[in-house]
Amino acid sequence: MSQPGVLILGAGQGGLQAAISLRQNGYAGPVTLVGAEPGLPYQRPPLSKAYLLEGKAEALALRPESFFTSKAITLRPGTWVDAIDRAARQIRIGSEMLPYDHLILATGTRNLRPPIAGLERALDLRTLADAAALRMALADPQRIAVIGGGFIGLEFAAVARKLGHEVSVIEAAPRLMARAVSPAMSRHFEHWHRAQGVALHLGQPAVAVDEGGVTLADGTHVAAGFVLLAAGVRPNSELAEAAGLATGNGVTVDAGLRTSDPAIFALGDCACFPDPRTGAPVRLESVQAATDHARLIAARIAKGETADYAALPWFWSDQGDQKLQIAGLAGPETTEEVVAEGVVARFDALGLAAVETVNNARAHMKARRMLASGSAAGLAALEELIAA
Amino acid sequence: MIKVTYVAQDGSATTIEAEEGTSVMQAAVSNDLDGIVGECGGSMMCATCHCYVDEAWEERTGARSADEEEMLEGAAAEVTGRSRLSCQIRLDPSLDGLVVHLPEEQL
Repeated sequence: MSQPGVLILGAGQGGLQAAISLRQNGYAGPVTLVGAEPGLPYQRPPLSKAYLLEGKAEALALRPESFFTSKAITLRPGTWVDAIDRAARQIRIGSEMLPYDHLILATGTRNLRPPIAGLERALDLRTLADAAALRMALADPQRIAVIGGGFIGLEFAAVARKLGHEVSVIEAAPRLMARAVSPAMSRHFEHWHRAQGVALHLGQPAVAVDEGGVTLADGTHVAAGFVLLAAGVRPNSELAEAAGLATGNGVTVDAGLRTSDPAIFALGDCACFPDPRTGAPVRLESVQAATDHARLIAARIAKGETADYAALPWFWSDQGDQKLQIAGLAGPETTEEVVAEGVVARFDALGLAAVETVNNARAHMKARRMLASGSAAGLAALEELIAA
Repeated sequence: MIKVTYVAQDGSATTIEAEEGTSVMQAAVSNDLDGIVGECGGSMMCATCHCYVDEAWEERTGARSADEEEMLEGAAAEVTGRSRLSCQIRLDPSLDGLVVHLPEEQL
């Protein structure tokens, strides 16, 4: 008798990793990966970096088509799921019902659309299709305005500037990457982008987009031939919410990455999970979290493992020749210490929370190991480690 | 096309034909070879594409960069003088026939 098996909603890097890890862990039942986008699952990080420069879409594929056949994983691209019927343990796609024993939500995020008049004129940078359209737009010299001074907006700005375009970045917060990095690191990147000739407008939200550019709250008009929207994302949690699962900042899961329904897990950018270090609910937008979540969920389903999620978060952002690496996760209530040139430590009530480095893989890896070991580390220990 | 042979811990070898310009990591991943993860996609962020270059090929694959050296410190398996991040080895005709050995674990 055939069993319903595992159904994964979302064929991004996390969803695909769940399918890979299920098979690696010996799961023999049916595995189905349902994705809204066309084609094979692909890597998203290069879309705002290498892909814009080189345009090699084939280099982005995470696995060849043969993988899905050889591992007996059913891939259903270009497919929209309409509803989850938890009572019947099935999902609905149009008039079709697909059953499951375990459901994994890996639905990711989409662009946040702030209330800005004329925003429909702006381009997005979330998907391969978005990036392909942007690449076309970059073929001729342009005046470009980027709404949002976070990782993606700044990575894009660095590439566009390198290609010779006139680039302005508009950020509502008073500093760059304010949610992700310390004020000291924001300043470093502020100086760097300005030195490249990027015009930065900080602390001024965009209020309108028109054919000539973007108007800011203080009335400034930033001239631009095209506008990129990169002002953050929102989790795709509507299906979960409609199915009555606990949601808030994404789909709420416990330390075992289970939603409020034990047959349903959530992972990656759409999942809000307890930070192993502080217990505070967090939602991370990173390849690392998505793939580490996927491995834990697969081990739970395939082997009945019960360990809680404990992976150390890490992030990176390549902006021109500046490689930013972050080990650990710092909440809003932190103090910062500049440990060395391009190395910033962030502390909270529990001690060392995160270490940010620029072009310093050595310090990054040392900090990563130190933080992963779980030992309570102070500034002196970190300084000693970095100096060693 | 450039041939690369990956030798697993149990001695089993898999030969892949890859296009010039791809990396040893990319060739492995896009052919679904077990033993190379390449989680960060070649951004030198993860050290999950660690390999050991076969002695006979050591000179032709060149030296590792300082950054690569540092990232290797985070590799799961033992790092030796022949350890490389396979995402940093670009395939060109001089590497046709390259042999690399895979570590016990990547994560």
